[in-house]
Amino acid sequence: MDIAIIKYNAGNIQSVLYALERIGATAQVTDDAELIRSADRVIFPGVGEAASAMQYLKERKLDLLIRELKQPVLGICLGMQLLCRHSEEGDTACLGVFDTTVKRFNTTLKVPQIGWNNVEALRGPLFEGVAENSYFYFVHSYYAALCADTIAETTYDIRFSSALSHGNFSGVQFHAEKSAAAGEQLLKNFIR
Amino acid sequence: MLTKRIIPCLDIKDGRTVKGTNFVDLRDAGDPVELGARYAAEGADELVFLDITATNEKRKTLASLVTRVAHQVNIPFTVGGGISSVEDVNVLLQHGADKISVNTAAFRRPELIGELAAEFGSQCVVLAIDTRLEEDGDWYVYLNGGRTATRTRCADWAHEAVSRGAGEILLTSMNHDGTKAGFALSITGLLSRTLPVPVIASGGGGTLQHFADVFEEAGADAALAASIFHFKEVAIPELKAFLDAKHIPVRK
Repeated sequence: MDIAIIKYNAGNIQSVLYALERIGATAQVTDDAELIRSADRVIFPGVGEAASAMQYLKERKLDLLIRELKQPVLGICLGMQLLCRHSEEGDTACLGVFDTTVKRFNTTLKVPQIGWNNVEALRGPLFEGVAENSYFYFVHSYYAALCADTIAETTYDIRFSSALSHGNFSGVQFHAEKSAAAGEQLLKNFIR
Repeated sequence: MLTKRIIPCLDIKDGRTVKGTNFVDLRDAGDPVELGARYAAEGADELVFLDITATNEKRKTLASLVTRVAHQVNIPFTVGGGISSVEDVNVLLQHGADKISVNTAAFRRPELIGELAAEFGSQCVVLAIDTRLEEDGDWYVYLNGGRTATRTRCADWAHEAVSRGAGEILLTSMNHDGTKAGFALSITGLLSRTLPVPVIASGGGGTLQHFADVFEEAGADAALAASIFHFKEVAIPELKAFLDAKHIPVRK
């Protein structure tokens, strides 16, 4: 199994690599178009800011590359948000794989949401073996609105998409790589 | 529902875990990587590693320790101690830390917080404050592991730090730290109610009820403790079951 983790100006790339190692997988962190295109699985990670991340991807033509990938692709956190149509963060046009928009939490609760929240209404193979209402670790100020691509939901004042799926693309708002046993199960499902 | 976090803190000196009482008389509590992995398996929500001697001895936190932790621990962790520059933080994050905490250096040069938030995002910038209740009835900021007093009020500094980009506040009451007599409910509650970011309460947790109090009465988002976990006086599964029974949301 050849796994590529897309290297760009985002923060949690190393953590994703280590998490894969803990479940017995190896991966390559790369921004090489050929290596990404030929991988069996692609992980699009990310902690950072949407506008500067999209700018970085565009400069290296990674935006077009990602959109055209045919193998299973998993976006994590900012990676998932960048796969949506648009983000309010920096009023950024994103990749448009998932048919939804990313908005800032408008709440009296603390922002960013930091910590473990439960994930409900789980659908699809990514959540196989993951119990309904399992806890995952979230750190985010923006969220993807519910839509037809939603495969998991979480509530933080409002109910939002904690996971999305469309064709060969899936994305999770939470940090699967830091979500203990539940996160490891999800990553195992993705690379299976 | 977002849960309240239980955070074991591992104070590191020379690569080993130690815990002092009122910041002195250090005792060895074992290998930090082994302990961290044990806590993660027991249900800890996050870990904090503080290189407590770093500021005074001008040492940098060992990046190699961070890498070992990142390999073995499947929950988020924060690293602090002696961090004073964007480059210090870059090294720690590159080695696998999820967040970093800054304390004295950020107080000395508050622009550091903004620099870190701009470079890495507020979500990984934790501002640690050591504070002491003085005889005039107010809480003041202390630096250098509690050795240097300032005339700045804790609440003022916390608000300024958040406005500069700190994403969380780790608040340690020096009056309570090491006493096992309960957390500082007044200052924790004040910050928790008035700041738009999460507050981690630290110092004084000794019994299961103390944790319930700091969540229910002070509204803390997370509670941190060290020795009671290291010396197995409080077990994390037991603590979570206790909080759950009181309808305080915790990850089970």
